[in-house]
Amino acid sequence: MAEVFFFLASIGAIAGALGTVTIRNPFYCVLALVCHLLSLAALFLLLRAEFLAAAQVIVYVGAVMVLYLFVVAYIGGEDDPLRSPGAPGLRWASALFAGALFVELSIAVLGTGLTALGEEGAGFSPVFGTPSEIGRLLLTEFLLAFEVASILLLVAAVGSVILARRRTGLETAGEISVGDLMRRPLESGTDSDEEAGTLLEAGGPPQR
Amino acid sequence: MSVEWYLVVSALVFSIGASGILVKRNPLVILLCLELMLNAGTLALVAFARAHGNQEGQIFALIVMVVAACEVAVGLGLIVAIYRRRLPIDVDELRELQG
Repeated sequence: MAEVFFFLASIGAIAGALGTVTIRNPFYCVLALVCHLLSLAALFLLLRAEFLAAAQVIVYVGAVMVLYLFVVAYIGGEDDPLRSPGAPGLRWASALFAGALFVELSIAVLGTGLTALGEEGAGFSPVFGTPSEIGRLLLTEFLLAFEVASILLLVAAVGSVILARRRTGLETAGEISVGDLMRRPLESGTDSDEEAGTLLEAGGPPQR
Repeated sequence: MSVEWYLVVSALVFSIGASGILVKRNPLVILLCLELMLNAGTLALVAFARAHGNQEGQIFALIVMVVAACEVAVGLGLIVAIYRRRLPIDVDELRELQG
């Protein structure tokens, strides 16, 4: 039974990966990657990583891919040109490179003397990979990694907000303050705050 | 299923992602292919964790997931900034990333 599920999930994962690489419309690329990630979560479940599978579905498929979809919709994903100018052989060269990389990795994996790899896997406790065990490890043995990850997430969130800010772009990124982020964008000189407030209270249409 | 199968799937997904990074020109799709490669690494980590009966590999996979999320946030912010400045969304034309 596990074999059937493994082959179904791995076919889904490989098909999703191929779709991500070969489809030209970025929107469908993202959807193919969603298919890949869901199959990968199934593989994680087969490997007894229950918490990781749940996190994969919630974080990747739920949050990160939606962010991708929003950005693709925002910038209007154009199709890739059929053939890049000036480098017709590049596509074949990269396919050749990928094939060579796969062969090399397979030789490295299958040719090792690690006998444990050929087996089902070592014995495990019934709580292997459950959220309670992962949480216990994160808060005891890997506390430092946990805290560093939270700092990294904070830095990335602030950095992406500053990078994708509306008005000023990248030039004044060094001089930004919190008040600068909170301030309303100055659109036209005539439209002040008081007028907007009275218009909103009167229920009238905004006049521009 | 023996752990080798999972590792071979991981290697295949990794090489597909690498070829995508080489071929594609849209930075958004290149980020997607980067996700493919990171996920292949995650799968290998989880497979090794299963092979050794040790949960520490899963912690590593979780941290890889966090780093990937950070990379996506910053990368998408960069792409939106590039788009706002009316620059072409094409890695062949974006040769310099100075402010």
